[in-house]
Formats: sequence, C-alpha cells, structure tokens
Amino acid sequence: MDNLFLKIDSKENELFLIFKGEFTLYQIKRYQNLINEIKLTKYIKVIIDLEDLTFIDTGSSIYINNLYNKILLKDIKVIIKSNNSNILDTLSLVRKIKQTDKPLLYDKKRGFMDSLGKVTCNLFSGFFSFLAFFGELFLNTLSLFKSTKNFRYKEILFEINESTIKALPIIALASLLVGVVMAYQSANQLSLYGANIFIVDMLGLSMLRELSPVLTAIIIAGRSGSSYTAQIGAMKITQELDAMRSMGFDPYKFLVLPRIIALMLMMPVLIFVSDTMSILGGMIVADLNLGISFNLFIDRFNNVIELRHFLVGIGKGPFFAFLIALIGIYRGLKVKDDTQSIGYNTTKSVVESIFAVIICDAIFSIIFTNLGI
Amino acid sequence: MDSIIKIKNLKTSFGEKIIHDGLNLSINKGEIYGLLGPSGCGKTTLLRQIVMLEKFDSGTIHILNDNLDDISMNKAQLLRQKWGIVFQFGALFSSLTIAQNIALPLKEYTDLDDDMIKDIIAFKINIVGLKVSDANLYPSEISGGMRKKAALARALALDPQLLFLDEPTSGLDPISARQFDKLILNLRDLLNLTIVMVSHDLKSIYDTLDRFAVIDDKKIVYEGTLDNISFINNEFIKTFFKGSY
Repeated sequence: MDNLFLKIDSKENELFLIFKGEFTLYQIKRYQNLINEIKLTKYIKVIIDLEDLTFIDTGSSIYINNLYNKILLKDIKVIIKSNNSNILDTLSLVRKIKQTDKPLLYDKKRGFMDSLGKVTCNLFSGFFSFLAFFGELFLNTLSLFKSTKNFRYKEILFEINESTIKALPIIALASLLVGVVMAYQSANQLSLYGANIFIVDMLGLSMLRELSPVLTAIIIAGRSGSSYTAQIGAMKITQELDAMRSMGFDPYKFLVLPRIIALMLMMPVLIFVSDTMSILGGMIVADLNLGISFNLFIDRFNNVIELRHFLVGIGKGPFFAFLIALIGIYRGLKVKDDTQSIGYNTTKSVVESIFAVIICDAIFSIIFTNLGI
Repeated sequence: MDSIIKIKNLKTSFGEKIIHDGLNLSINKGEIYGLLGPSGCGKTTLLRQIVMLEKFDSGTIHILNDNLDDISMNKAQLLRQKWGIVFQFGALFSSLTIAQNIALPLKEYTDLDDDMIKDIIAFKINIVGLKVSDANLYPSEISGGMRKKAALARALALDPQLLFLDEPTSGLDPISARQFDKLILNLRDLLNLTIVMVSHDLKSIYDTLDRFAVIDDKKIVYEGTLDNISFINNEFIKTFFKGSY
C-alpha cells in the first residue's frame, strides 16, 4: 500500500501517465498530488497507460474518469490504454453511471438570520406543543374522576417504588451531608459571637423551608425525571407507544398519570426524610463542635421552629413533583425517531425541570413573604 | 476456486447452551453463499463470528488468509476495511444523513479530498439504486427499502471484496425484495464481490444463491448447490423446501 506505482514520463509534447500494480482508494490522493503538479498545457496528447495495472477499484476509476474529462476540457488529446477486460469494465461502469448522474450537492449551511428564525419558530411551536400536552393531561385527569376503574393503582404503586422509594438512600445521604456541611461552616462564625445556640434556628429555618425541598427536587429531577424521559423516549422509538394506542391503551392513563400521581404523592415523604436527615447531620456537628447536646438541640428546636415552617417546605413538594414529572414525560414524548434525540431530550428534561423547580420556589417565597407565613 | 472463508470445527456455546458443535464450511471467491436454517440455529451468530463481533469457543475461522484466532489488532483493523456488512435493520447512524453515512469510512480511512469523496458517494448511491437527491435525507426520513439500500451503499464505500448481508430482504415488500435480489446479483458481477448472506426468503434463495449451508442441530446438515437438496433427509430441509426441488 505504501509503494508508489505511478510513472510520469514525457516525450516531446506527449505526456505518459503509467500506472502499475494496484490502484485503490488509498493511493488516489498521492497520485492526484503528483498529477496536479504537471503543467498540462505544455502537451498536446496525454496517454493514461493502465497496461500494467493489476486491479482498479471503483473509487480510482472515478478518479481516472474525472482526470480524463478534465484533460479533455483543455483541448488536449487523451488516450486510455488497457487490455485488461476487468479494468475496462470497471471504467465503463463508472462512466455509464456518471452520465446519468446529477452531481451531489450538500445542503447549504444556514445563515445567522435563518437559524435565528428557525430557533425562534421552534421555541414558539414548542410552547404550543407543551400547551397541547398539558391540555390532554388535564382531560385525562378529569376522566380519573369518572370511575375508580380509571385509577391505575398497580402502576402507581410500581412507580412509587421505582422512582421514589429507591431514591430514599441517596436523598438521605445527601441531606445528611448537606446538614453536616451547613452546620460545620456556620459553627465557626457563630462561636465567634458566642451565639452557639442559634445554630438550631439557622439550620431549622433554612433546611425545613428552603433547602430540603429544593435539594430533594433536584435529586429527583436528576434521578427519576431523567429516567421518565429515557424510558418513554425509548418506548416511542420502539413503537411501543403506538402499539399501546392501537390496542386502546391510552399512554396518558397508563404511563403519564401514574408517574405524575406517584411523584406528587411521595414528594412530601421524601422531603420529610430529607428534613430529618439534614437536621440530624446538624445535630451531630452541633454536639461535636459547639457542645450543644442532642437534648438541648431538640428543646430549642421545639421552642423556636414553628410548625408552619415545616408545612411550607412539605407543601412545596407536590408542586415540585408535578413540574418534574410533567417535564420529564413531556420530553420523553418529544423524542424523535433517532438515537441522538434521547440524549438531547434527557439533558433538556433535567435542565428544564431543575430550572422550573427553582422558579417555582422563588414564586412561593414571594407569595409566602407577602402573606406573612 | 480458492476459498475466501474457511471454517473448521467451530464450537460455540452461550453458557450451558451449545449453539455450534463442530461446524465446517468453506466459501469460494466470487460466489453468493447463503446461511440457512431454522430460527435460533445460530446463523446470525455465525455471521457475527466471521466478522469478529462475537467470540467462539474453539475451532478456526480463516478469512482472506487471516486466522481470526490469533490476529493482531492492526491486522484486524485492516481486515475490517476489506469487508462491508449490511445489518438486518440497516443500522445507519441516525444522526448523519445518507451521504454522511457513506462518507464516514471514506473520511476515516482515506486521505481523499471532499470533491473526490462527493463523486464516490454519488457513484455508490447510484449503483445501489437510490437517487442522488436523497443523499441529504436522514435515516428516519426514508423507507425501509431505501434504508437497506443506503446501508448497502455504506457497506460498499471502501470497495470491499467481501459483503455480508443479514436477512437482506426481510421487512421489504415482495417487489423491493426482488429488486434487492437483482441488485445483489448485479453488484456481484459489477464489483467482483463475494457475498455471504443469512436469509429466510425462499424466492431470494432460489434466485440469488450459488451455494449455501444449512445449519440444524448445531451442525451443517447440508452444504452445496440447490440441485442436490432433494436427496437430503432432514426435517428442516424437507419442510423448508417443501419438495419443490
């Protein structure tokens, strides 16, 4: 493959291109470079000598053919010399197809305005398709109330186990560590002022009201929301969704609602676990670093942290759960018939649901502040 | 004729289950060779073993003068450029257009410039019976038959000597299936290919195959041409060919 088998010779105003051995795809570039260096206009006749060629593949034949046409266009005589019928057959096959053939043009790259317009248009139609999804979901939710038979207990319980119970260990561990870190970081500052005991207020308020719900929501968005997208997306690619529809099983009733209901039911429980574990983490640090015993901590906790703080945190749960499940499933249904779109939509699903959770949290905090809760 | 693939005493098992137990066959240069047999007999497994996608327990596979048992990484890589494979469902890369799918091996393995690659793509697209205007479509935008043809064009990109087809006509309508058969016969003559295919399509077996092997009960129960098939006393062969020969 490494040896060059092209000899270039000239006699007066005749140019000889003598090919030897095998001519395949891998040699074209080097031969091309050599031949392009020749000033063809000096000659009146070019002889492409393939007599000693043992094998030619179609790619190389295309090259020979192009070369032939290129030289011909310059009003120079060209002759292809060969006796080998295989080589002549390949050359004539290439020529025959070339004649019936329009040249291949790639799609042009889009200009800036063009792609800006496309993005805007996509965003706009994406918004409407989300509304359509929302509407269909609403209609299907209504049908739940028509008959208890529409309520799919088995699927809901399955989803509760899959997407929430199995998430408990990771949520517990993450919350414990966040509690430890928060307490540890503030312990130093608080002890400077001798305000050791206020660690209870600080941890209790921040964890119960804000951090636990958001932390839980982010973990669930990354863990369960993404799996909704990937699962439903893969089902769409393998046409399982179409099969369900054709058998009269509405995917909304079988796939969408159970997931949303399961997550909405269980999110408060998850947040409760997160609350408990993060406060436990704080208690451990308070005991070790600030000398506040467990009893003292719990005593203070009872006095300063009102029930409403806990309820505010827990109450956010179902809303976050709804957003996560909604976006996860919507993205899953948006998957198109190619493998890349699963990855694309899963990424989108996680990013969008975390963003939605944070926006929702901000809105809640404005509402609660104004209401004085 | 010299054989291009030679398999000797091949044994394969998946866990407890024995798939092949002492399989022998040889495929000659320039022929269209079929692998037949009841479903689950390990035809596709055999095909995958020949193209180094799956391992085997013992025995030898010789392909184009290389022994797959002790082949070096570099040699294996060179070998892979000498064959093309069309998978059952095409297995086109769904994020690339047809043209990009065909261009991929050309760009990776050769140093050709874009104009030359374009010419080659146009040629391959034409030779498998697609239109050049379809080149910029994505695999999800074309029909099953076109997908198979595009996969064939991709398999032919590097001008292989060997072409492997896994159920080339399955999932195609009878007309497209017959066209595909003709295409395969044409390509063999035009490009001097050796073709190995797994098939269930009786019509396509009669029309295209030069020789074939029937795998049943872990062994080759028949290897040869269609002419002698009626003398074979095997349940699968009798039901499959229904005494039509």
